[in-house]
Amino acid sequence: MATGIPLAVPLRRRRSLVSLAVGAFFHGLALSAVVVGVMVLGALLVDVLRKGIPHLDWQFLTSYPSRFPQQAGIKSALAGTAWLMALTAVVTVPLGIGTAIWLEEYAPRNWFTRLVRLNIATLAGVPGIVYGLLGLALFVRWMGLGRGVLAGALTVGLLVLPTVIVASQEALRAVPDSLRQGAYALGATRWQMVAGVVLPSALPGILTGVVLALSRAIGEAAPLIMIGALTFVAFLPKTPLDPFTVLPIQIFNWVSRPQPAFHLIAASAIIVLLVVLLLMNSIALWLRNRYQRKTEW
Amino acid sequence: MGLLLLACGLVSLLTTAGILYALLSESVLFFREVSILRFLTEREWTPLFVEKHFGVLPLASGTLLTTLIAMGVAVPLGLLSAIYLSEYAPERARRILKPVLEVLAGIPTVVYGYFALTFVSPLLREWLFPQMGVLNALSAGLVMGVMILPMVSSLSEDAMLAVPRALREGAYALGARRHQVALRVVLPAALSGIVSAVLLAVARALGETMIVAIAAGGQPRLTFNPLEGVQTMTAYMVQVGLGDMPHGSLEYRTLFAVGTALFALTLLFNSLGIWVVSRWRQEYR
Repeated sequence: MATGIPLAVPLRRRRSLVSLAVGAFFHGLALSAVVVGVMVLGALLVDVLRKGIPHLDWQFLTSYPSRFPQQAGIKSALAGTAWLMALTAVVTVPLGIGTAIWLEEYAPRNWFTRLVRLNIATLAGVPGIVYGLLGLALFVRWMGLGRGVLAGALTVGLLVLPTVIVASQEALRAVPDSLRQGAYALGATRWQMVAGVVLPSALPGILTGVVLALSRAIGEAAPLIMIGALTFVAFLPKTPLDPFTVLPIQIFNWVSRPQPAFHLIAASAIIVLLVVLLLMNSIALWLRNRYQRKTEW
Repeated sequence: MGLLLLACGLVSLLTTAGILYALLSESVLFFREVSILRFLTEREWTPLFVEKHFGVLPLASGTLLTTLIAMGVAVPLGLLSAIYLSEYAPERARRILKPVLEVLAGIPTVVYGYFALTFVSPLLREWLFPQMGVLNALSAGLVMGVMILPMVSSLSEDAMLAVPRALREGAYALGARRHQVALRVVLPAALSGIVSAVLLAVARALGETMIVAIAAGGQPRLTFNPLEGVQTMTAYMVQVGLGDMPHGSLEYRTLFAVGTALFALTLLFNSLGIWVVSRWRQEYR
């Protein structure tokens, strides 16, 4: 049949030419949508680098904020971000992985489990600033933790909890059932099966989720502003109850000032924030590649 | 061990309960002093002035305006990107472009705020709208749209990838061209996932805070002119949060009243998004 003889009458051929043109146009349109996204990302990065690099030096990293942009630095913001990340990890990692294990390995199929699942999906969509109100009412006022790092970490920890849960659930679901049955066949209890077989296999996926959640946590400013994190801090937090600031709040503070000189050092701080995020994501990628090679089924 | 894990699961339920309790308990105290009718119908929002008005409409219109602008960017660009990635892109291009778009989703919102204020706004003022103020709804909304784009695109792409090959091949066998397959077969078949993606993106835009707090302005204004500065609900909350608010003051309680309104709005769109998928999803097997 493949004779290549055009069966179409001229009218049809003209229509097919039109459709060819429409097709090419649409292809170009769809491609340009992706290109717009990529170009905006490029413009953002170039703009930040161009404005932020000149002021980025050792002195900027090791100085406290100042009224004078030339002397201002991000020492307290870096320390606060490190504190917040560590405490957030302590709060959210066990809770998130525990919830995921319960949902995937233990929970019976009933209305209660469905409620917990639905609840997690709903919580994932609650705006960060509303978590800030929760933190303000619950941790700062009711539990009397004050405006310290701990109150901030608890707030942000709850905020990113759904991310950890969902990523861990996916990692657990990817572990084949034959491994579970193998463990049971050897006489393992459910917990021995989970801790000895399922968790190690799911670990790379879970770690990726944790890093993802933590990188969201260190970019958050709104919930921390609501619980009253300070915008000008000229000391380092020594205990979990001490007041603190973080990089995004420091950036917000500098961007909101009218003087352009502060906008430039905001760009420098943004570079530091983006580098931290890049490092974290590279670590996650490295961990995943390293562990995934070992386990293949 | 099972009980301990169950306790972890309970924390998420307690979080929801805590959010509801915190929001409602303070809002009730607020609405004892300011009637709900005043809150919903007054046309001015000046709780921090001497002459106080408590009409949430200007804040709501600010939120609505920036959200509409953002969706005007994110929906067409996100859908087209999804169609390109799932129907057109060669494997190699896909492997590069998809992570790049995902980077857009990972950038902290305060960075987007900086970008809107110091790059997009001056650019628009120089080339298109010289009479526009530095702080305006347009640049905040546009940048917010770019931030949400990856969310629309990746959720829609997931829905499109779930459409079975057989459907596409059937259409190709009937002589359809690629754009016809994309628009008349894949798009309708993935519609529930796409609608859900858009609804979830709306919820995200309504609650977005730092971009609008930095770049949209600080004046509550009942307007739909994108060239003016507006204050959104979230931006108002940041403004109060930055100040010293005495616990128990009316000012402190406005936070929770506005927060409750915002929570109700986002909950509505999120639930709709979740519901659309569970109710209308086509299972192909």
